[in-house]
Formats: sequence, structure tokens, C-alpha cells
Amino acid sequence: MQPAPPKEPARPAVIAPGHTHASITDKITSIVLRRHTPRGWFVGFGIAFALVMVLLTSITMLLLKGTGIWGLNVPVGWGFAIINFVWWIGIGHAGTLISAILLLFRQDWRTSINRFAEAMTLFAVACAGVFPLLHVGRPWLAYWLVPYPNTMALWPQFRSPLLWDVFAVSTYATVSAMFWYVGLIPDFATLRDGAKSKVFRVIYGMLALGWRGAARHWERYETAYLLLAGLATPLVVSVHTVVSLDFAVSVIPGWHATIFPPYFVAGAIYSGFAMVMTLAIPLRKVYGLQDFITMRHLQNMAKVILATGLIVAYGYTMEAFFAWYSANDYERGMAWNRMVGPYAPFYWALIVSNVIVPQFLWLKKVRSSVVALFVICLVVNVGMWLERFVIVVTSLSRDFLPSSWDTYSGTIWDWSLFIGTMGLFAALLFLFIRFLPMISIFEMRTLVPGGEAAPHDKDADAAPVDGAGPEEQA
Amino acid sequence: MKPDSTKASSATDDTSFVPPTPWREALAGEDFARLAAELEGVPGRSLRDRLAALAETGGSDALRAFLSGVFPSQLEGLDNLPRRDFLRLAGSSLAVCGLGACTRQPDETIVPWARSPELTIPGKPRYFATAMTLWGSALGLLVESHMGRPTKVEGNPDHPSSKGATDVFAQSAILSLYDPDRSSTVLGAGQIRTWEAFVDELGRRMNGFRAKRGEGLHVLLNETLSPTLAAQLESLQRELPQMRVHRWQPIHRDLERQGALLAFGRDVVPSYRLERAAVVLSLDADFLASDRGGVCQARDFAKARRVRADTSSMSRLYAIESAPNPSGAMADHRLAVKPSEVEGLARALAKELGLDVDAPTLGPERARFVQALAADLSAHRRTSAVVAGRCQSPAVHALAHALNRALENHGQTVLLHPPLEPDSRSVTDSMRQLVDAMRAGSVEGLFLLGGNPVFDAPRDLEFSQSLTSVPFRVHLSSHEDETSRVCHWHLPEAHFLESWSDTRSLDGTASLVQPLIAPLYGGKTTHELVAAMSGEAGVSAHDLLKRFWRARAGLDEGPEFDRFWQTALHDGLVPGSAPPPLDVALLPRLDIGPATPSIPGIEIALRPDPSVYDGRFANNGWLQELPRPLTRMAWDNALWLAAEDAAQLDVENGDVVRVTAGERSIAAPVWIVPGHPQQTATLHLGYGRTKGGELARGVGVDAYGLRSSHTPWTVPGALLEPTGASTELVSVQDHASMEGRDILRVATFDRFRANPEALGAHHGAHDPNELSMYPEVAYEGNAWGMVIDLNACIGCNACMIACQSENNIPVVGKTEVGKGREMHWLRIDRYYEEEAETGQLLALHQPVPCMHCENAPCEVVCPVGATVHSSEGLNEMVYNRCIGTRYCSNNCPYKVRRFNFFPYADYETESLKLGNNPDVTVRSRGVMEKCTYCVQRISSVRIEAKKDGGRAIVDGEVTTACQQACPTQAIAFGNLNDAASVVARERAQPHHYGLLEELGTRPRTTYLAKLRNPNPDLRPE
Repeated sequence: MQPAPPKEPARPAVIAPGHTHASITDKITSIVLRRHTPRGWFVGFGIAFALVMVLLTSITMLLLKGTGIWGLNVPVGWGFAIINFVWWIGIGHAGTLISAILLLFRQDWRTSINRFAEAMTLFAVACAGVFPLLHVGRPWLAYWLVPYPNTMALWPQFRSPLLWDVFAVSTYATVSAMFWYVGLIPDFATLRDGAKSKVFRVIYGMLALGWRGAARHWERYETAYLLLAGLATPLVVSVHTVVSLDFAVSVIPGWHATIFPPYFVAGAIYSGFAMVMTLAIPLRKVYGLQDFITMRHLQNMAKVILATGLIVAYGYTMEAFFAWYSANDYERGMAWNRMVGPYAPFYWALIVSNVIVPQFLWLKKVRSSVVALFVICLVVNVGMWLERFVIVVTSLSRDFLPSSWDTYSGTIWDWSLFIGTMGLFAALLFLFIRFLPMISIFEMRTLVPGGEAAPHDKDADAAPVDGAGPEEQA
Repeated sequence: MKPDSTKASSATDDTSFVPPTPWREALAGEDFARLAAELEGVPGRSLRDRLAALAETGGSDALRAFLSGVFPSQLEGLDNLPRRDFLRLAGSSLAVCGLGACTRQPDETIVPWARSPELTIPGKPRYFATAMTLWGSALGLLVESHMGRPTKVEGNPDHPSSKGATDVFAQSAILSLYDPDRSSTVLGAGQIRTWEAFVDELGRRMNGFRAKRGEGLHVLLNETLSPTLAAQLESLQRELPQMRVHRWQPIHRDLERQGALLAFGRDVVPSYRLERAAVVLSLDADFLASDRGGVCQARDFAKARRVRADTSSMSRLYAIESAPNPSGAMADHRLAVKPSEVEGLARALAKELGLDVDAPTLGPERARFVQALAADLSAHRRTSAVVAGRCQSPAVHALAHALNRALENHGQTVLLHPPLEPDSRSVTDSMRQLVDAMRAGSVEGLFLLGGNPVFDAPRDLEFSQSLTSVPFRVHLSSHEDETSRVCHWHLPEAHFLESWSDTRSLDGTASLVQPLIAPLYGGKTTHELVAAMSGEAGVSAHDLLKRFWRARAGLDEGPEFDRFWQTALHDGLVPGSAPPPLDVALLPRLDIGPATPSIPGIEIALRPDPSVYDGRFANNGWLQELPRPLTRMAWDNALWLAAEDAAQLDVENGDVVRVTAGERSIAAPVWIVPGHPQQTATLHLGYGRTKGGELARGVGVDAYGLRSSHTPWTVPGALLEPTGASTELVSVQDHASMEGRDILRVATFDRFRANPEALGAHHGAHDPNELSMYPEVAYEGNAWGMVIDLNACIGCNACMIACQSENNIPVVGKTEVGKGREMHWLRIDRYYEEEAETGQLLALHQPVPCMHCENAPCEVVCPVGATVHSSEGLNEMVYNRCIGTRYCSNNCPYKVRRFNFFPYADYETESLKLGNNPDVTVRSRGVMEKCTYCVQRISSVRIEAKKDGGRAIVDGEVTTACQQACPTQAIAFGNLNDAASVVARERAQPHHYGLLEELGTRPRTTYLAKLRNPNPDLRPE
């Protein structure tokens, strides 16, 4: 293939010039297929694995002793567990948004980031899923949340948002996993074909489900992928809407607000993109993927962050405005308490990190600086955690009757479980980048000049490069 | 060798060392130092050599006896034993081991009940009347017993002291009974002994005393009002005329007694009929809570203040008080002064009312107060009452008597009774005499019948230092406490729920105390100990009691006496045993001397503790965890200070200050109490125990360390210095202000009369009953509801402990309370608010149980349906279904739900299991719980009603535990569908309102607003 001149010199391309189908394939598969694992990977995975041990220790301790090892009390019945749950679920949203919605909108720049964004979604949902199960007082009975025929002849209580959560999150996890896996199938075939070790060949071969890159495969694949994208699209909105209903359905000032669903969804996308950036920036550096994850990607994501950040800021403003405008003592008390009460530092830290700091993204100069983007994204990640802390804890700690007001702070076990899930997330991510192509190979190929048409138009062209290896022929 | 010899001598140096039993007799009176010296003298390089030498050469009998106990084999020379002998010995030893296990078991029938004992139906509780003595008077009780286990204490409705209500101490008696730390064995010199062994030694000792006609024999009584015990002691005294009986109790009425002597020349005990009193003046008296007859007085007081739609009057309470207390919190006018200033104000009042007393000149504000008060009192002759507090000076008591006489209240609102103790005397003097005798060395045997004087005797008397010089010390007490530790014999005392005894209540009515259960730990009563001293060791308290009452009733053994006895036991009181009230004349001159100028500097008010009393209840977890009235603090006592004084010292809550008074000094953490008088500090007695149970030890600071015999209730001229240290104090309520929210409605009586509807009106634009979009649910049959009259609630906490006892609510401990995880299903919120009309700071109480909302926010959000609504409108918890999401608690606007963050319920301690209510589930870890409206009681009444042919449940048939315990009848419970029921009538009152009604929860628990009756003449100018 001939290198083609960049089409849009005005803005950075979604793939650096000079790449061919083969160079893309080599570049991405080599990360997975090379024999020697870089030492840095071992160090990173080792740390992550240690944190997974922390997670297991924390869970064991929790099951042995009880929920009391956390800082919870009455009135603050929910703390880190719920905060972390919402935070992780929110992070997952970017993956789904990138893979499903941007696919449907034919945003070609999504291609190089969708794979690991989806992986991030899955891992974030896995981390999130730890919390609702463990935060209950009797985790061994958590399966009662699921409607199943039982000898007690009891159903769950369908009016409870927590039950909606069960459906929303489990659906989300299932669809995300399927979407991710289906997207991986052609790349599994590529890996199978390129794998030197027999073991990997067999494993990747099994995962590739006999993919040969035939036209019929491509056709069915495209249909399935589009259908899944269609299925996943409403989930982007529904999951965090349902999560927000955990709060909005209650009567507690600070929770009971109709603004919650859109505001939560925006917040989720906001934090999700921030997390994608947080991961993408070091990854492209370490694995030299600047050609694939270009400044264009980073800038586009920065714009999404800026936009969703503004929606979130609007949410905060409206919360405060309606607290005042409602003329309701409790709402006003809640808003005032957030701003000047015992948790005021958290509130103002949240405002700074989620409202003020992202405003720098208006500047093109900031959007073009990888370091600045990385720092802003880290701040946004922290800010979104603080947002959930403020919503969950300040609202509960001071509700209607001042007699029951009390404060909450996380104990060492609260923190260890949280950090443990970060370890789980990181460990899964390390395994992912070692064993799976972190960028979709076949989709990247379509970005190569001359390959810009969708793969199904290019079957004949794509097939020989991309799957129909000698094994299949044999 | 050296190490061995030091070992031997160290064993003899240890005075606590008591050799094992079999060779004890041989060694009686032996001097161990001498034996050690003799052993040293035996030739040999090591102890082993010496022993071998001794085995051959002998030595003194005593040494051989001692060593045969310690090293039998060495002396017997087992090494040299022939093989056959050895085997023979070993075999027979084994056989003896088997025989040794053949202790004779007590006779008992081990066949199952072929025929059930009369009236015992498994699963059905039975109730027995008994009585508890505290505050110098008895409280008549009914105790619920499940298959022989007492599980719940209620007031005896037939008893004048209770009328069905109780206080926190009576409610918590169940836990004290089953306290696992109670002393369970007789201890002789620190070793486990038997009662028989004690009786043996007692017999020998008593023979000695008898020979000397009782000389050197002293008895120290604790708080007891038992006529039988008095008679027993009297007869013992006749036998041993030189015996001396002393009395000591830290919560005493010495000053009150002196006041009565000043006023009448004799000791009298006043009682108050407050339902007749339109104006009440409290002179530093906590007559509603921590006082003799408090339960009954609280009820009468509340009656005079009960306001319904058609009420035209309400009584008025003035309180001149130092240490803040629940009674002062109820006052319409409260004047916070230093303890020593109360007398001046009382004098000024007396002078204002025309009595010939010397009075100090008061500042303008106080003078105005006294004038208005005097005018109000004199406008209510015969319908007023002046109540003086136990802790005030004799002059104040004398003035109260004189004022009541001048206001013609005697015989009307104030009745005078002869003192309840058979011997009226100052316990401080009595204690002083005992200490003097001990110092003089004339006490050869001291029997401490209950009490813990080493802990609670006035420090200046140096009781404990003198005690150790007494050669024979016997202590009867429920716990192995500070006093037991320094006595030769410690005898476990039977709890009153295990005892036969008798006692008397405020008006003189005698009650029989009957046991609900055989002593759990073989405890003995004072009766049995005194009987043993009289040589009647085998006689049971039951027989002693019967013997006394047979004599008292003048009846012989026979059906007539049996009837008398059965009636008295059944009713819980001896009918007609109250002597008529006294009609005594005042002494012509009130000899109270001139007014003394107020003492400069900080005064410390020492007060009985609302939870641990004098310290005796320090090991009771329910009481320790009970939030103290006003401070809502648990698991500690603290030095209460006014905010101004704390600011001056630059200390905050929990900062430790050193309190120095003369040469006595203690360190105590500070707690700032709004409305506390300045230049005054309050400290409650009974904490800082060093022995006496797991929970008692190390809780709080020992205020007895400051107490002297001369000024028992105040420490004048104390010096407070911050130490810089700080300690954690836990309170269940961190926020005292209502934040301007409509939570606890309060208004003056006049305002209420002018516009009765205003207090009960809904706030907000919508009718709270119309907020729900769900269709109205019709409740057929019973619709349970509760109305709490905030005007009646005095914040005494009786309901909280009643609830805890009824519903098996666990104790979580200080750390957990500090985290905000207390488990009380019913809490009493306390708010401070400034009253607009008078500018006074009000301390307001609001009991908050579950509201049983008809539109319960908790029910909607539970994902597993573990909290559901019953057909009778109860919001019910299904513990088995609960998985513990805590969403219900988050969504409860009242935050009445409680979560088992840890396995709080005690599944291990055997004795505590006995006290659980078998009708209520013990909740496991990870489960939410909350007030059930005592659903088990509703069910049991419903079952009875069904058995009676399916009749309807009558109003009043179901009483919740909190309602039953409430001394002021603040809680009404019943069927809202029955328009004639008390609760429905209460709900129809104009000042009825629902808490947070505007949320549309439609609470079934609702409130009657609090009303106050300030004197219009005392409006701020």
C-alpha cells in the first residue's frame, strides 16, 4: 500500500500518516504476541495484584466481622460502598458511549479507543459490582435481590430502585461483555494467525469462534455489531438513570430531585471520558501508539469532557438554585449545609475539580498539551468521586431532624476495599493489554487511506490480510 | 540453694496466700515466717535436699503438715516405694478419683411434669407483685415471669408509689439480676468457700461476741426500709446489748432531716399531692425524677398540667435550681443559681411572704422573680407546694416547711409522714461513729450488710483506711466490689428479684418483696445473714418474713393469716399499713440563723446519677448506655459547666480539668450544659469504679473523691484548671437546635387558649393527607396509633429502658455509641430553644419511636420486601427477610431505624439469655430493626380476644412497653378506628400534630404540642 497524503491537514488525523494494513496489524499484535513481557508490565501488574490481595483481605474481614468495620452509622447508612459503586459505574459509561453511540453516529475517531474503553467499562462494572453485593448487612443472602422461583414463594419488591439497579447493572454488564467480545472476534482470528506458540494459537483459535474472514462472516458480524450497538445505546442513558433513582426516589433532601437522571448520566460520561484519557495517555506513550491514538482523539475527548462538565456544572447550579427557590426549609438547609457544614471542604473541592478546572479545556493550548489533559482528567476523576461523596454523605448526615444528625468518615476498611477495587481494575487492565489487542486491529485498518470504506465493503480486500490464514484453508 | 530459699520466703511474705484446704486446720494460727525459718534451718543444699532430710529426721508438726500439703511426694518418699506398693497406691488413687466425682447432687425430681404446676401455661407469662427500694422509698412492681424466669418489670397499678409506672432503675432491674459479673461464690480471704464454712466461722465468732454481750460487734446497714430486718436487728440487739448498728448510704436525707428538726423539732418526711397544686416551687429539687416518690409525683404533676381542648387551667412550676435536671427543664420559670444561693432566695421569699427570717438583699432581677413568685404563691394558698431538694441546706428545708405551713398547704398539697426508717438518724453521723470506733480499735467484727462504703463513704472520714484494722470483716454484696476486696468474707447478695423481704413506700405503706426466681448464684439476703448471726442459720428469709408479719398482724398460723399473706403478696402491699399523715406544729421560732453571704469561687454540685445512682448500677449496660437526661451523654459522667465558665477556662467538651478542693483533687472531663448556672459545676456520683464488674470498671470519674462529710452535696471553693488532656465523651445527640424547623411545637398556655387551632395546624400549602397519588387504604378493624403528649414528657428515660427490656435490644458499648450506632428503638430528643415570651432557654424533650407512617418511605425502597405494612397499619420488620441494604433507614425522615452493624445481640452469655423476652426475636448481625409498637403485646391481646368468642379488643387492653412505664402517662396507644378510644380523642385535640407531616408520610405516631404557663408578671421588661 502506498502512503497517502493526509486528507485533513487542518486538524490532526485519527491515524498518523504512513500506516498500512500490515503495519497496523504488526504494531498492535506485536504488543500481545511478543515473547518477552516488558519488566514494567510485571512491576505494574505486581502492584495491582497486591492490591487485589488487599481487596480480598478487606472482603474477608467484612464477611467475618460485619458491616460495622466501615464507618457507617444511623443516619449515614450508605458510605464508601455506594459512592464507589456509583463512581465505578459512571466510569464505565464512556466505554459504552464510545463504542455504541459514536459507532452509530459514525464517528471514525472512536476506532482507536473503543476497544480499551470497552474493556475499561467491563472492568469498571466488575469493580462496581463488588460493592452492592458486599454493602448489604448479610451478603450471603444478596441473591434474594434476584427474582427467582423459590420455596419462600417471595418475589423481590419491585418498587425499590435497588432492585432496578440489579436489572440495570446486570443487563449493562451482559451487554457490555457481549459487545466487547463480538468486537474482538476478528482480532482473535488475527492473533490466532500470528501466534507463534501453540497454546496461544489454540486459545485464540477457540476465542475466534472459527472466524475466517469470509464475506458471510463479515456481513453477519456487521449486523450483530450494529444490533448490539443499538442495544447498548439506551443502556448509556438507562444505567446511570436507574442508579440516580436510588437517590431521587427517596425523600431525603439532597437526594429527592428530578434533575438527578440527566445530571447523573452527564456525570457518568464526564467521569468515563476522564478515565479513558487517564488510561489512554500513559498507554499510548508506553506502547508507542501515538500514531493510533492521536492528538485528534485526545482533543475530541477533551471536548466531550468539557461539554459534559458543563452539564454537570449546570446540575450543581440547579441543585443550589432549586434548594433556594423551593423555599423548603429542609432543601435550603441541605444546600447550606453542603456549602458551609462539616463537609464543606469536600463540596468546594468538588466544585473546583468538576467545574473550575475543566474550564481550561476551552483553551486550545491546554487541549493540545498531553500533560495538561492528563492532570485535568485526574482531577475530574477525583472530583467525580467527591461528587458522589457529597451527594451520599452530606445528604444523609443531616436530614430532617437535627437530633439525628451525625457525621461519617471512612475507616481503614472503607479505604482498603476502595483501593482494592482499583487494584482489581488495574490488574484486569494489565492482563488485557498483555493478552488482547488493546486497539481494534481490523477497524484501524479501515482508517488507512484506501481502506476508509467500512469493512463490509472491503471484504475482498480485507480478507487475505486479516483472517484467512493457512489454518483455515487447511 | 539461694533461689529456693527466696522462693519459700516470698511465699510466706505474700499475705494473700492461703494454703489449700485439707491441712488448713492443722495450720490455723501458724506463723509462716517461723515455718520458713525452720525450713531454712534444715541442712541441705537445695530445697529438695532439705525435704529429703526432713522426710527422715522429721521437724515440727506444723512444718510437716505444711509441707505435706505442698510437696506430699517428697515427704512420703515415694521414690523408695516398692513396685507393688506403688501399683497398689496408683490403683487405689484412680479408684478414689472416681469416688471423688460422686458429689451428692441436690434432690430433684427429674421426671417431666406429668401434671403442670397450677396456672403455668407454657408460653404464657405470669405476673408477681414485688417492690424495689431506692431513693429512700419503695416502688411497687409487677414482674413478668416466663416459665420461672423474670423478664420484664412493670409498675404495680395498685401500689400508691407506682400506680403502674416505673423509673429507669426498676426497668433495668432485670439486667442487674442476670448480670454475668455478679458475685457467684462465697469468698473467704479471697478463696472460694462455702456458705457452710462461713456459718461455721460465724458461729465461732458470734460465740465470742455473745460472751461479751456483743461488745466489739458492729453492723453497717445500707439503704433498707425493711420492717422485718429492723425487727431482726432489734431482737439481736436485745440479745447483744453492746452491739452497734450503723447505717450508711451515700444518697441520704441527712440535710432534709436536719431541716425537719429545725422546723418541727422532729423528723418528718413530706410527700406532695401535686395534682392539687396550682403553683409549685422547687428549691433545687429534682422531685420528678431523682427523688423519693418521683414516679408518683411525676404522675400527679403531669395531671395538673394536662391540657385538652376544654382545660381552663394549668399548674405553674417555678424552679430555683443549681444542677440542671429534668424537673427544672419542666419549669415555667427557672432560675439557675449557685447551690449556696438557693438559701438566700428561699429566705427572701419567706420574708416576702411575711415570715420572720433574715434575708440577704437580692439583685433587681432576682428580687423581681421573688416578688412575682411570692405573689403567685400567696394567691394560691392551699393549692401551692414548696419542694426542697435533698441536696439543699437544712435551712432551706426548714424554710420550705415554714412556707408550706404559711401557705396552708399542709394537709392539702403537702402531707407529712413519719420517717420510713425505724431509726431516724443522720447516716453521716452514724458512719462517723463507726469510723471513730474502728480507729479506737474497739471494733472486733464488722458486718457490712450491702453497700460499698469503701467506694462511697465520705473521703474525709477515711473509712477504708480504718476498715483494715478491724479483725473480722464480712461483706454482703451483689458484686465483688471495692469493699469486698478488703473484707475477710465476701458473701454474694441475692438480688431483690431473688429475695424474700419487705419494704415501705413514701406514705408508709408496707410491701412484701417476693422472689421471682431462686437465687441464681446462691446469694443470701440480709435477713438470712442477720438470722445466721442470731444462730438461726438455716431459717429462710421467707419464714422470717412470715414470722414477723404474723406477729405484726396479730394472727396465728392458720387460714386467716394465709389469707392475709396471700392478699398482701398478690396485691404487692399490706393493706392499711400506712400510718396516717402527721399533724405536727411548727416550732415557735425558726432557728435558722442569719443569712450567710454567698461563697465566692466555683461551687461543685455533687448529685446522684440518673443512671448509676450511687454507683451500684455501674455494671448495668442498659443504664450505662442510656443517654443521660439533658446531656444525652452515655457511658460516662462529666463535669457540667456553663458555657461562660468553660470559655473562661478555655475548655471544650471532653477536655479534662483538674478539680481541686482543699487537699482533695480529681481530674474530670468537661461537658458544657446550656442553662447551667455560672460559677458552678455539676458532677454526678457513682462513676470511676475500680472493681465491681466488666462494665463498671473505668467508666467516668469518681466524684466521691471530692465529697466530704460536712458538705455532702456541694464542694465550695473548688479550683478548676485545664490539664491540656482530652478524653472522648459520647452523646447520642450532637445537635441541640431545631434549626427553626417545625419539629417540637411549643406555645404558652395563654396563646393556646386564645387560638387553640394554631398549634395543630398543618404547615405548608398542601393537606399532608392528600399528597399521595396512591389510593387511600382502608383499615378495617383495628388501626393502631400512638399520641405522645409532649406537655407531659419529663424526659426521664423510663420508656427507653422499658422498650429495651421488652424488645431484647442489645447494648453496643461506648465505642459504638460514639460512632452513632446506638440501638434504642425509642429515643428522647432534646432540643434547646429560647422562648420568645420570656427569653428563657428551654430544654425540650421529644420521645421519638417509629412513626408507623401510613405512607412509609421505608417500605417503598426495600428491595426484598422486608419491611411491610400490616392490615392494622403497623409498619413491620421481617427480620428473616432483611438482607441489610439500610436503604429503609436512609429513607426514614425520622431516623428511627437501627441496624445491627455487628452481631450486637449476646448469644454467648448464659445468664443474659434468661432475661430475654421469649416473645421477641433476638436479631442477628446485618439486620435492620425498629419499634414495632410492641406487636407481640398486640398479638397476645388479639389471641385472648379471639378466644373470648372473637370479641373486639377493648381500648386500653393493649399497652406498649413505653406507655406502660411512663410515669406521666404521656403516651396514649390504641385503636384509631374507635372514636371513643383515648388515642382517637387525643388525636382530635386542637394541639395535635404530626411530625414532618408535610412530607406526606401520614405518621401513626403523633404528638400533642408542649404548653408552658409562664407568669405574665415575669415578662421581660
